[in-house]
Amino acid sequence: MSDLATDGSGTAEIGEPEPVVHRELHWRIWVQLPLIVLIVLLWMLLWGTFSLFSFVTGVVVAFAVTRVFYLPPVELSGRFNPFWFAVFLGRFAFDLVVVAFQVAFQAIGPRGIRRNSVIAVDLVTRSDFIMTLTAVAISLIPGSIVVEVDRRQSILYLHLLNVGDDNAVTRTRLKVLSVERSLVRALGSMADVRDTGVLARSGPAAGIPAVHPREGAGS
Amino acid sequence: MTFDDVLDLLAAVGLLLGAFLSLAAGVGLVRFPDALSRLHAATKPQILGLIFIVAAIALMSRSWSTLLALAPILVFQMLTAPISAHMVGRAGYRTGNFNADILHVDELDEVIERATRDSADGAAAPSGGASGERTDPSGAVPL
Repeated sequence: MSDLATDGSGTAEIGEPEPVVHRELHWRIWVQLPLIVLIVLLWMLLWGTFSLFSFVTGVVVAFAVTRVFYLPPVELSGRFNPFWFAVFLGRFAFDLVVVAFQVAFQAIGPRGIRRNSVIAVDLVTRSDFIMTLTAVAISLIPGSIVVEVDRRQSILYLHLLNVGDDNAVTRTRLKVLSVERSLVRALGSMADVRDTGVLARSGPAAGIPAVHPREGAGS
Repeated sequence: MTFDDVLDLLAAVGLLLGAFLSLAAGVGLVRFPDALSRLHAATKPQILGLIFIVAAIALMSRSWSTLLALAPILVFQMLTAPISAHMVGRAGYRTGNFNADILHVDELDEVIERATRDSADGAAAPSGGASGERTDPSGAVPL
């Protein structure tokens, strides 16, 4: 993204492209603003003081970090629904407690681990941001570890602990897709909302047909 | 029993739960059969155990500055534990550090085999520029 911006300013002598570049830069800062704010907040938390000095140094650090560590810019969707985000956090907390105790009892229980599985889950979204958040969330909640990511096709390959039959595999697959849907509801772009049909569907069963054709095509 | 006593009791319960989960995570690290299984023990009970202990500390100290210092600990742990588990899991899978006999299904194995075959074909064919890119009609979404 910033490659494009510098290329554009290089050819700006011709006349027209300059405002375009300016608008693009402006758009980038606006889109990245939530990240900058988060970094500043984290910086102030780390110092333990909310003073003007920690704020100013935080802003400097945030810009330095985002400029120096040269990664592709995180493309936020520009959409945030606080209600669905709260719903997601609530479900996440509940599932985390359930899964953590489950794994803990599997660790100390007499039966131990019998069968594991490695499954592919074909996500609906094409956004890196939602895919990353989904991967982080499902590493904690339905008892899975992401072993491989196919970024181009949005496929996550997950290792599942103590999942030894097809029903359990299907259940976990649907669970991962429901985590993706609840993240899209909270933070996804309008395109993702349309693709997953999360805000239009009337019942939980309506989400399933959107999954199966893709799964069939993928395998 | 005053309100402070209730908070202290809750903190004690939190410490015990956190200790139990951390212990279970340690037991799981020893008892689980292979590297990939052990990662599960190292992430989930460990994170919840840490949450309980951090909550207990917050309940005991009851000061904003402690709470503000504790919040980033949780945020960093919850963001980095899945990522480090992913890195170890990825390396563990690729180097074969797992027990394939106890896998019920392995959908990644098939994909890797197909990708290896495709790239071998692609090296022979003239149109081998897109090695590893699979022709999947559902995946053909232009970005």
